[in-house]
Amino acid sequence: MMSAINWPGVWAIFHHEMMRFFRTIMQSLLSPVVSTTLYFVVFGAAIGGRIQSVEGVPYGAFIVPGLMMLTILQQSVSNASFGIYFPKFSGTIYEYLVSPVGWIEVTMGFVGAAAAKSMMIALVILLTSFFFVGVHILHPFWMLAFLFLTALGFSLLGFIIGLWAKSFEQLQLVPMMVITPLVFLGGAFYSANMLPPFWEGVAKLNPVLYLISGFRWSFFGLADVPVGVSLVAVAIMVGVCLAIIRWIFATGWRLRE
Amino acid sequence: MAGIIQIDNLSKQYGGGTRALSDVSMDIEEGEIIALLGPNGAGKTTLISIICGLVVPTGGTVRVGGHDIRTDWRAARRMIGLVPQEIALEPFETVMNCVRFTRGLYGEGRDDAYIEQVLRSLALWDKRDAMTKELSGGMKRRVLIAKALAHRPKVLFLDEPTAGVDVALRREMWQVVEGLRKDGVTIILTTHYLEEAEEMADRIGVINHGRLLLVKPKDELMGEFGRKTLTIELDTALEAIPSALAGRGLELAQDGRHLRYDYDTRADRTGIARLLGDLAAQGITVRDVSTKQSSLEEVFISLVDDGDKNSAAEDAA
Repeated sequence: MMSAINWPGVWAIFHHEMMRFFRTIMQSLLSPVVSTTLYFVVFGAAIGGRIQSVEGVPYGAFIVPGLMMLTILQQSVSNASFGIYFPKFSGTIYEYLVSPVGWIEVTMGFVGAAAAKSMMIALVILLTSFFFVGVHILHPFWMLAFLFLTALGFSLLGFIIGLWAKSFEQLQLVPMMVITPLVFLGGAFYSANMLPPFWEGVAKLNPVLYLISGFRWSFFGLADVPVGVSLVAVAIMVGVCLAIIRWIFATGWRLRE
Repeated sequence: MAGIIQIDNLSKQYGGGTRALSDVSMDIEEGEIIALLGPNGAGKTTLISIICGLVVPTGGTVRVGGHDIRTDWRAARRMIGLVPQEIALEPFETVMNCVRFTRGLYGEGRDDAYIEQVLRSLALWDKRDAMTKELSGGMKRRVLIAKALAHRPKVLFLDEPTAGVDVALRREMWQVVEGLRKDGVTIILTTHYLEEAEEMADRIGVINHGRLLLVKPKDELMGEFGRKTLTIELDTALEAIPSALAGRGLELAQDGRHLRYDYDTRADRTGIARLLGDLAAQGITVRDVSTKQSSLEEVFISLVDDGDKNSAAEDAA
């Protein structure tokens, strides 16, 4: 009797994607560490020296969750979108379409690997931050839970972008034009409470604000929005993305003729 | 007994309105090699792509080993291996890992002993640790075959397996296919090379304009549609064909010593006996005779031409 899910198939895709990451481990990890160090130098030391603290948390420590979120969002989207786009580009996508793996296996393999990679990078950034500032994590379980859910949600989004993209330009377009601005405007480097009331209202329309807020809460117990709302926001994102991916595979949109 | 692949009234119309397949039905028996012949755009690749799951049909059904390719796709796909027309491989992956990966996709556990056997049979074992980007075109194509065999499929599809491959490698590829036949693998190949179909196939299907014009055992096809040419060597050269022999389609070779006579093997009377009698009556001495069977290429062209005429007639009606 055949199992409903082809687990060896999931593992084959996951392992294959992780191997790609480990082949270039130095550049995969080094580049985020370097950019995080730069952020600490610029925001932590130069600007932080003038801001002192936000809601009682030293500014250098305050930006750590934001920096981790910035990285996890960018890495999740780029890893997952590139992961599925590359087989489309090289033509090896045919293998996934003719083998006994469905949308569940393909999604679990690619998205699982993209989320695992971005979580590893985020944790390396956290370790790097210990060299610059004293960071105490109030709720480690929830910190990991938010990290996982955010990595999952944005890896799913990246996977959709990779399925949709027809060129490398399109692949870069959404992360550059949408994700990065949303993160910067989502309170990565400031609290939404610091904004004037009107702009605070506008900022709350940004879904990334809820992720960063929840994540920051797990560190310091401070949140711009209630933690429950943050969890619901990320759960909705995961659900919507899964539904879209299922639809893409069911209809064969941009996959099958 | 039902065939390992049963295709019933299969149709495909692409979004732009192009009709790639029209009501194609055929059964493919277990263990046979069937060659699908047809000009570019005839629908061969579309047919293969539907069975393998790359293209969604607009009508009809396909069953592989009794499993419907749409409702029971997992079981159907486990039986199939596909060697695509285009060479598509992960450039930075080793040969061994490429094949292991495919095996995993098909839900099979790791079995390096079997993979070694496959790689050795394809003369790739020495290249097992080489990255695919370092391989020649012929080797890459063999890696695609190794990947397609990674899960021990019962049915193997080879889409233009020797396109752009040199003559020596083509022979090598035929040997590989022959080896697979001995292992009992059912093989469906598409080809432009009639020589390839003639060399390997048990049965030949001819497709044109999305229609399956016929499927027949190769020998029967050759016999039925084959025309033969009788060449008569004369004792003395002729300057022209004698008027008494005119109107029979005879051709005189340039040296005047050879007469060529085309005849249809399907005809009740080939006219050979009468021709030889008439030559004797004219006092022309025959030195030798030989016959030559027309090649599959000529058979194919005649079939496709007939198909075109029928399509045109249907369109006009």
